[in-house]
Amino acid sequence: MSRIADAVNAPFAPVRAYFRKHRSFGIFVGVVLLSIALPLLTRVPPFDGIQSTNAWVNAFTTAAIYAMLAMGLNVVIGFAGLLDLGYAAFFALGGYTYAFVAAPFTGIHLPFWPMLLAGGVVGAIFGVLLGAPTLRLRGDYLAIVTLGFGEIVPITLMNADKFTDGVNGIGGIDKPNIPGILQFTLTNPWPMYGLVIALFSLIMIMIYRLEDSRLGRTWDAIREDELAAESSGVNIVIAKLQAFAVGASIAGIVGVVNAAKITIVTPDQFRFAVSISALAAVVLGGMGNTIGVATGAFIIYLFQSILLKQLNTLVENFNIPVLNQIDFLDFQYVLYGIVLVLMMLKRPQGIFPARRRMREFAPLKIGKRGLK
Amino acid sequence: MSAAKGGPMLRARGVTRKFGGLIAVNSVDFEIPRGSISAIIGPNGAGKTTFFNVIAGIYAPTAGTIELDGKPLISPPTGAGREPILLILPTIPFIALAIYSLLVVGGDTGLVEGVASVAAALLGFVGALLLNIIRPAWYNRLIKRIGVTRPARPNDMVVAGLARTFQNIRLYKSLTTLENILVGMHVHMHGSFLGALFKSRLVREEEAAAEQRARELLAFVDLAGMENELAKNLPYGKQRLLEIARAIASRPKLLLLDEPAAGMNPRETEEMTALIRRIRDELGITILLIEHDMRVVMGISDHITVLDHGEKIAEGLPKAIRTNPKVIEAYLGRGAAAGH
Repeated sequence: MSRIADAVNAPFAPVRAYFRKHRSFGIFVGVVLLSIALPLLTRVPPFDGIQSTNAWVNAFTTAAIYAMLAMGLNVVIGFAGLLDLGYAAFFALGGYTYAFVAAPFTGIHLPFWPMLLAGGVVGAIFGVLLGAPTLRLRGDYLAIVTLGFGEIVPITLMNADKFTDGVNGIGGIDKPNIPGILQFTLTNPWPMYGLVIALFSLIMIMIYRLEDSRLGRTWDAIREDELAAESSGVNIVIAKLQAFAVGASIAGIVGVVNAAKITIVTPDQFRFAVSISALAAVVLGGMGNTIGVATGAFIIYLFQSILLKQLNTLVENFNIPVLNQIDFLDFQYVLYGIVLVLMMLKRPQGIFPARRRMREFAPLKIGKRGLK
Repeated sequence: MSAAKGGPMLRARGVTRKFGGLIAVNSVDFEIPRGSISAIIGPNGAGKTTFFNVIAGIYAPTAGTIELDGKPLISPPTGAGREPILLILPTIPFIALAIYSLLVVGGDTGLVEGVASVAAALLGFVGALLLNIIRPAWYNRLIKRIGVTRPARPNDMVVAGLARTFQNIRLYKSLTTLENILVGMHVHMHGSFLGALFKSRLVREEEAAAEQRARELLAFVDLAGMENELAKNLPYGKQRLLEIARAIASRPKLLLLDEPAAGMNPRETEEMTALIRRIRDELGITILLIEHDMRVVMGISDHITVLDHGEKIAEGLPKAIRTNPKVIEAYLGRGAAAGH
C-alpha cells in the first residue's frame, strides 16, 4: 500500500521539496492555479446550471474577500489567542475610509490604489485603539469589550448622518482603474476577481512570514502563558498591540476592496453577523492554520450564498407545502450556530487543524511499553 | 560591566513589601556575590517567594532599592499621581478651541469647527494614553524628569540581565522544545516587523543562528534529540530542564531558580544540582535559588540567606547556617533550639 503511495509520490518529491523551500512562491502558484481552475469548474455540469460564469466569478470574489477577513481574524484569535468578536468594525472603518474619499457624497475622488494602504493604516490605528484599553483582559472579558466595539462602530456610523448619511450609507463609490489600461465595471467581474486573488495571495504570504518570525513566536508565547512570556523578555503590551494592528489592518484593506467592489457602504453591512461569520470560518477551518481558515471561509460563504439559494429554488420548483414559505437565506445564522456548536463538540481543532493543534488534540499513543 | 567587576552581582537595600497591613518582606538587605550559587531559605510563609517576585519584577517593592551588576534595577514607584496631568496636557488647547467655536462662534460654522476640535482633543488624549501604555524609553525619561518612576515589568528585568524559572513549571506547552528556547532568546534577536515580511538577509541569518544556538542549549541541558517534542509531552523532570534552558537562552547575568528540585526523585535531584553547578561554572551565570530540599541547598550553595516572618535572620556559609540557633528556632521552634 505504502509502496504504491511512494511510487505515486516519488515524481512529486522534488516539486514538494522545492515549494517547501520557496513557500511564498508556492502559495502564489497555488492560489493562481486555483483561481484559474475554479471558473473553469463552473462551466461543467452541475455547476453551470446554477448560475452564469460571471455570477460565479462574482461569488468567488466575495468568498475570497471573506476568506481574507477570516485570515486576518485568525492572526488575532488563532495566533495571539485574543478572542475578538468585533472584527467587522475594522472592515467597516476600511470601507468608510475609502467611501469618504471616493464618492459623490463628499465630492472627493482620490484614486483607489493608495487608499488600499490608507485603509490598512486606518485599520491598524483603530486596532491599536481597541487593543490598548483591553490589554489586561483575557478570554471572555476581552470578548465582551470587543463585542461592544463591534457594535459602537456601525451605530456611530448610522447616527452621524451629517458625515455618513446614516442608514442610507454612502453610494456610488468609485471603481478602481488602471489609468489608460483598465477600467473596472460592475458588469465585468473579472478585473475585480484578479485584484482580489492578487491581494489574497499577498496577504497569505505575509501572514505566513509573520507566523514564522520572531513576532509570530511572541504571539505563540502570549497565547500559551502570558506571565512566562513576560519572563522570557517579551513585551506583551507591544506584542498584543501588534497582533491587533496586523489583524485590523488586514480588515481595513479588505474593507476598501469590498467597498470598491459593491460601490456602496451602509452601516448594516457591518453588523455583528459579519464578525460571527468570520469567527465561524476561523473555527471551521482550524484556528491558527491560515490556509485552513481561508478554506473554511470559502466553504461557509459558498454554502450560504449558493447552497441555501439552491434550496430555495428547489423547494419552489417542487412546490412543497410549508417549506416553500421559508426563505432559506434567512437561515444562514442558524448555519453559523450549527457550525460553531458542531465543531466545538466534534472537532475543536477544525477541519484543517494547524500542525500544532493537530498534535495538541491527538490521542495519546499507547504502545507496548505503556504510555509514550 | 568591567567597572563593577568587584562588586556583588545583586545588591538589595532595605527591600520592603507590604500587602495591605501585612508586611511580607521587611527591610531586607541582601547581597549575591558575583559568580556564586546563593540560596534563600526559610519556613513556609517566611516571605521567600515575595522577595523573589520583587527581584523578578512581578511585585514592585514598597520601599528599598535593588541593583544588578552595579546598575540600579528596581526602586519603588513614585509620583503616580502626576502622570494624569501629562495625559490631559495635550488636550487643553483643543478643548479651549472647542468651547470657543461651539459657544462663542456658534451656528453652523462653529459646529463643524467645534466637532473637529473635540475630535482633535480626543486624539491628543488617546495619543498620550497610548504613549502611557506603550511607554517607549524616551517617554520614561520624560516622566522621570517630573518625578515619576514606574514599576519595572518582568520583561525589563530580562533585558537588564535577569532570568527566572517558576515553582510550578510554566512552559509554552503546545510549542516544541526548540520553539520554547527560541522564545527565550527573544531579547537578543532584532528581527523587525518589516524584516519578517520581506525576509531580509539579516532576519534569515539571525533565525538560522538562533536555531543553532537553541540546539546547543538543548544539548547543554541534556535534551538533545527532543527538539520537535511538544513541551507538554516531556516528562516532569525534563520539563524542569527545558524551563531552565529557556531561562539561560536570554543570556542572563543572574538566574533565579524557584524550587528547581521540587517534586523530583533523588536521582533527578542529583542531576539537577550537577546542572546548576555547570551553569555557574561553564556559563559563568550567578545563581540564586529558593529551595526546600535542604540536601540540595546545603550541597550546592556558597551562600545562604535565611528569612523568617519577612526578615533576614541569618546569612553565611552552609556550615554556619546549619548550626545557627536562630535558624533552628525558626524551623523547629524554641524548644529544639534550646535543646541543641
